[in-house]
Amino acid sequence: MTGPGLLNRQRRRRIIASMFAFSCAAAATLCVVVLFLLVGKIFSEGAAWLNWDFLWNLPSRHPEKAGIKTALAGSLWLTGLTAVISLPVGIGAAVYLEEYAAVSRWKKLFQINIANLAGVPSIVYGILGLAVFVQLFTLGSSLISGALTLSLVILPIIILATQEALRGVPDSIRHASYALGATRWQTVRHQVLPAAMPGIMTGVILALSRAIGEAAPLVAVGAMAYVPFVPSGPTDQFSALPIQIFNWAARPKAEFHQIAGAAIIVLLFVLICMNVTAVAVRHFYGKRVRW
Amino acid sequence: MNQTRQFTLTATTIALFFLTGCGEDNAGTGASESADTNRIIAIDGSSTVYPITEAVAEEFRAVKPDIRVTVGYAGTGGGMKKFIAGSIDICGASRAIKDSEKKSCEEAGADYVELEVAFDGLAVVAHPENNWCDHLTVAQLKEMWRPESAVQKWSDLNPEWPAEKIRLYGPGTDSGTFDYFTKAIVGEEGASRADYAASEDDNVLVTGVQEDKHALGYFGYAYYAENADKLKLLAVDGGDGPVQPTEKTVRAGTYAPLSRPLYVYVRKSSLSNDKVAQFTRFYLDNAANLAREVGYVPISDEAAAINEERLSGAKSE
Repeated sequence: MTGPGLLNRQRRRRIIASMFAFSCAAAATLCVVVLFLLVGKIFSEGAAWLNWDFLWNLPSRHPEKAGIKTALAGSLWLTGLTAVISLPVGIGAAVYLEEYAAVSRWKKLFQINIANLAGVPSIVYGILGLAVFVQLFTLGSSLISGALTLSLVILPIIILATQEALRGVPDSIRHASYALGATRWQTVRHQVLPAAMPGIMTGVILALSRAIGEAAPLVAVGAMAYVPFVPSGPTDQFSALPIQIFNWAARPKAEFHQIAGAAIIVLLFVLICMNVTAVAVRHFYGKRVRW
Repeated sequence: MNQTRQFTLTATTIALFFLTGCGEDNAGTGASESADTNRIIAIDGSSTVYPITEAVAEEFRAVKPDIRVTVGYAGTGGGMKKFIAGSIDICGASRAIKDSEKKSCEEAGADYVELEVAFDGLAVVAHPENNWCDHLTVAQLKEMWRPESAVQKWSDLNPEWPAEKIRLYGPGTDSGTFDYFTKAIVGEEGASRADYAASEDDNVLVTGVQEDKHALGYFGYAYYAENADKLKLLAVDGGDGPVQPTEKTVRAGTYAPLSRPLYVYVRKSSLSNDKVAQFTRFYLDNAANLAREVGYVPISDEAAAINEERLSGAKSE
């Protein structure tokens, strides 16, 4: 190969390399810019409407009197119930798959199934929830129906995250435990689960953050738009923040679009709190586990 | 994770399953006829009727704060299913009950009272700078919106109009407004051309039309009223000359065929409950004022008299 040809090729390679780096940077910037535009627009519209009254008032057709008390309460109820239902089932399933189940065709089938379920659109779970929980189990359009449906939505996510965390625990820990005469239960209970806890909790909290933002499956199971009382038990009817936001955003009056923005800010705040908890949990548990 | 926490978790789970089991007794809040203190008045149905019902429920709460009312908007069809199944007391409907639904009600033993609560007009709108078109005939609207319509430009409707592409905006197929418009204009419910910008959110349609000089769209009159300064309202000629939708023309039915009555259906078995009866009474007394407030047209005195007759008839049974 001649000298100039080689130089040309080198120059071309360098240009391609820098073009690639540039387009990656552009993609990253685009994400951030979109996020900032979104948050900026919401804050400019909604921030002025945000005050204590807004948090404590009942829903109303007058935007200046409307509040999110019952929707926020509904969302918190839902998240709590969903956590109580999906945590034991999700972590249990993951522990079985990782710690107990032998490598077999069945396990593979399970695994593929769960991975696919994680990608199913949430409205599909909503329709399932309507048919099974609301109608078949005659639970009605209640908090518990909503929570069970949301649990279905996030179970695959919890299982996958927990499995990932369990796989992160080195086998040498398990072997050492067995060598000391511990049973499988004792090993899981005292060694593997505590070591995997930061990963599990992070996964669980992120999954719950997804649940709190879901509107479609709740609409399907029959969450109400106007609920002027705070639910007092799991069988009560309910509204939720995303439902309230959706309702206001679709109204003709521009003021309602602004209070929808204010409600979005509250939802974002709750989400950020949950994510901060995830980081804190990871930090706290991560410190205690040393190999 | 320590032992206590593990125990709490298990206990909560068990408690939860227990609650789930008990749920059966309380879940069907709507249809249970016991006059207990927790009786909730459950309302669902059309999203078009929703604003009126919500306003009534809000005002009712100011008078009777201890009676609980919930309102949803599953759509007329979805609400009717719940109504027949007995899980709600009152169903809002943006059309009269269908024969198939009547039959299901009979089979389920769900006697009901039909009450007319307001009128709604569908507005046909264009961009404010549109200076060539003030009204459209029903035939033109049909030509424009029927399936596989050949109308692409304004000049296809009238040779004197500009040879510019009409950009069409209308509600999506899940909307009751879509059902009503296609039936009234095209002649068959659900029959519409598909190549138009569709949204279930009427605000999107408003934005679309106001930003496009050659646009044309249709949606509920309340959305036009909120945005009257940004849109041009077109009159519709149903055979007796062009008519603009106003409170008078919508109520009198001369804004034909795009004005429609809105209904609520109340289960007779629910009416025997004092709370539901009080709420229904309150609804009729306040529907006119509140309908106007949320952008609809109040019913005529004759229709109000018919409502009264029906309600007292249902009570005396």
